[in-house]
Amino acid sequence: MNSSMVIGQYVPGDSPVHHMDPRAKITIIFFFVIVVFFANSVASYGALALFALLSVGVTKIPPRFIAKGLKPVWFLIIFTFILHLVVTKEGNVLFSVLGFDVYSGALIQGVAISLRFFLLILITSLLTLTTTPIAITDAIESILHPLKRIKFPVHELALMMSISLRFIPTLMQETEKISKAQASRGVDFRTGPIKERLKAIVPLLVPLFVSAFKRAEELAMAMEARGYQGGEGRTKLRELALRKIDYMVLVLFTFVIIAVFLTRA
Amino acid sequence: MDITFDNVSYIYQPNSPFEHRALENLSFQIPSGSFVAVIGHTGSGKSTLIQHLNGLLAPTHGSVTIGDVMLQAGSKPKNLKALRKQVGVVFQYPEHQLFEETIEKDISFGPLNFGVQEEEIKQRVQETIEAVGLSSDMLERSPFDLSGGQMRRVAIAGVLAMNPRVLVLDEPTAGLDPKGQREIMDMFYKLHHEKNLTTVHVTHSMEDALAYADYVIVMHNGHMYMQGKPLEVFKEKEALNKVGLDVPEIIELTTKMNKRFGLSLEYKKQSVEELAAEAAHKLKGGSV
Repeated sequence: MNSSMVIGQYVPGDSPVHHMDPRAKITIIFFFVIVVFFANSVASYGALALFALLSVGVTKIPPRFIAKGLKPVWFLIIFTFILHLVVTKEGNVLFSVLGFDVYSGALIQGVAISLRFFLLILITSLLTLTTTPIAITDAIESILHPLKRIKFPVHELALMMSISLRFIPTLMQETEKISKAQASRGVDFRTGPIKERLKAIVPLLVPLFVSAFKRAEELAMAMEARGYQGGEGRTKLRELALRKIDYMVLVLFTFVIIAVFLTRA
Repeated sequence: MDITFDNVSYIYQPNSPFEHRALENLSFQIPSGSFVAVIGHTGSGKSTLIQHLNGLLAPTHGSVTIGDVMLQAGSKPKNLKALRKQVGVVFQYPEHQLFEETIEKDISFGPLNFGVQEEEIKQRVQETIEAVGLSSDMLERSPFDLSGGQMRRVAIAGVLAMNPRVLVLDEPTAGLDPKGQREIMDMFYKLHHEKNLTTVHVTHSMEDALAYADYVIVMHNGHMYMQGKPLEVFKEKEALNKVGLDVPEIIELTTKMNKRFGLSLEYKKQSVEELAAEAAHKLKGGSV
């Protein structure tokens, strides 16, 4: 069940990307996502693609594994590509398939948009592949810290995030466990008419909700029992600190951005 | 129903960084009508093993045969529904699977899925609710109003109502009080004999394995570590300690007494009192 769940799955490792400060990673990805939309020439796309592929290479996560995890997204990428081929009518007619004229502009735009999409997903999945959820939440809390001035509940938000992230695997395990128990009682989740299959979800969802609420209550009680107070004055087990590698990568990425803007058509 | 494992291996998430071999070259046979205990440390592959018994998992290598259904590596299993009708599984904390509005509906859920007639279901609900030691005037209540122990019993009734030929129990008494544990295990033992079931019992309790099973399978790291009659397996104290398992207290006691007083008592399922009388008799110079 979780073999194709790469998005959001941390793969432990010892690469420079793993060791980077999560704030640096988030910052880079934030700007990467923006800059991807400015790329419009072969060279500018090339610079971004090079940066993304280099990052993937450094992590030493088997590409086969990443590709497998992106499987659900491939469909979307290919779908966008085909949509562009069919809908866009710019440039000259290159050839026609099944009565559809395929224009050169359509081909270029299709490739560009699909590539953009691919790069976006690749780089963002790299964040969750190389960073533990806890580190990501810590980073977000740190980045949002200035908002505290305007009474924005930064710590509470971060806490909510880390709790939800923490319980995703638990809930997935729970789902698997309950669906196995119900399958043993003769529920068929996989075959049969849609209506029957929808009905089969009820015996799965009810126990799942019951246990999720129970878990939430127990957690709240445990936190209160230990005198949990919220963010004021709490220290961290892992202090975030920018190190040499972070500055180096940030500088490198700045060059990539400059390169993109210089080579824009 | 006979159960045969032939060279079974199971690998979780093959070809990924998370690849994990849970079972390796496992072969054994469980003759119809036997009560088998599967023991082993956490992570030894016990839970993976029992999921093969009703086709929740299919082996990565090798084959599993249950009655006349065969699960083979690489081929899509057929007759899964027929298999699941015959093999009832009581999972760990089975009360987590309750979902219906009333206890009666929840118990009927399994048989209903397997196409049992309504009249017959009504009768089975009555039978099973009594078998698990609850009163039948609770049937209209919501299962979520019950205590934890009662919920467990309702969930077990839901599995029994399927009228399985093979009963698979995954630590069915975990988290219950000692009295409840005894009651539930005695109930399973009674049913095992009354209905001539084949029972596979996964447990951490060596006492339970000794008390109920007529065959013991010891798992370690996905391998079959030992197998045999309980009294034979529990003789091998050192081998068991090596994989983090203990021998039942009463056997430990017998060995210690033999060592301390130079006796040669043999444990063959006597009660503590009988054992004490035997020891006293021998110490006073008598011979048995």
